[in-house]
Amino acid sequence: MVRAGVVGTHLPTSGLDIFGDLRKMNKRQLYYQVLNFAMIVSSALMIWKGLIVLTGSESPIVVVLSGSMEPAFHRGDLLFLTNFREDPIRAGEIVVFKVEGRDIPIVHRVIKVHEKDNGDIKFLTKGDNNEVDDRGLYKEGQNWLEKKDVVGRARGFLPYVGMVTIIMNDYPKFKYALLAIMGAYVLLKRES
Amino acid sequence: MIYSLICLHLENIFDWNVKQLFLYLSAEYSTKNNALNQVVLWDKIVLRGDNPKLLLKDMKTKYFFFDDGNGLKGNRNVTLTLSWNVVPNAGILPLVTGSGHVSVPFPDTYEIMKSY
Repeated sequence: MVRAGVVGTHLPTSGLDIFGDLRKMNKRQLYYQVLNFAMIVSSALMIWKGLIVLTGSESPIVVVLSGSMEPAFHRGDLLFLTNFREDPIRAGEIVVFKVEGRDIPIVHRVIKVHEKDNGDIKFLTKGDNNEVDDRGLYKEGQNWLEKKDVVGRARGFLPYVGMVTIIMNDYPKFKYALLAIMGAYVLLKRES
Repeated sequence: MIYSLICLHLENIFDWNVKQLFLYLSAEYSTKNNALNQVVLWDKIVLRGDNPKLLLKDMKTKYFFFDDGNGLKGNRNVTLTLSWNVVPNAGILPLVTGSGHVSVPFPDTYEIMKSY
């Protein structure tokens, strides 16, 4: 009696039969998984762009990077911003701004505002936890900030959540490991 | 500028989701150069658990009060308002302005504080 058997090696069955899985998957299934993954990434990007449009801010979610606003915000906290043009800049507001020529957003409080009849505003900021105002942080010769420097106004806040971003920046190996795990999971996930 | 007496009762603002209050006294006025000016004169952080009753007597302004230009000297109408920023444990960050304010005229002559 001839018995038909599966051609190829039998790996010992275990929960982690990864290589068996990879071999059984043909090209079509691989492309399908890759497309699934691309769809997830596109959706995430679309949600982010949608937030940018909704809030009017180029960066509607920022992570607090320094302790200059303690004890209100600590390094690693997450801030939600809006940047509506109709909202005037007023003393006491927490603004996120970028100094011209620098990439890093700074989260501080407005302590002085001078607004002209035509709507031109210049304002000064200071971190709650700092002794002095931010003039030392501005560009050489710059004494005031203007509306164009503002990334947004802080409207909401979540503690600790932003730490993941900081860890990924400080320890790039962690970022690659995370991406590798995510990639492996998506490619090998079997749709039941 | 010296204040005589400010008494604050903050218990009603603190609830389970309030981590701290950032209080500030701001002066608002208008000048020839600028239609609107706002300057923070004094601020204080009150954490949950701190004494919610504040008695501020004879306080000097924490920050120098000067204008961008010469608009303060002799300005008849400088409005002082107390406001506060509620910082929650998580959630929305409201900025509340106290109801009621004090209008003071700025004197025609004033002393420039030499010490820094």
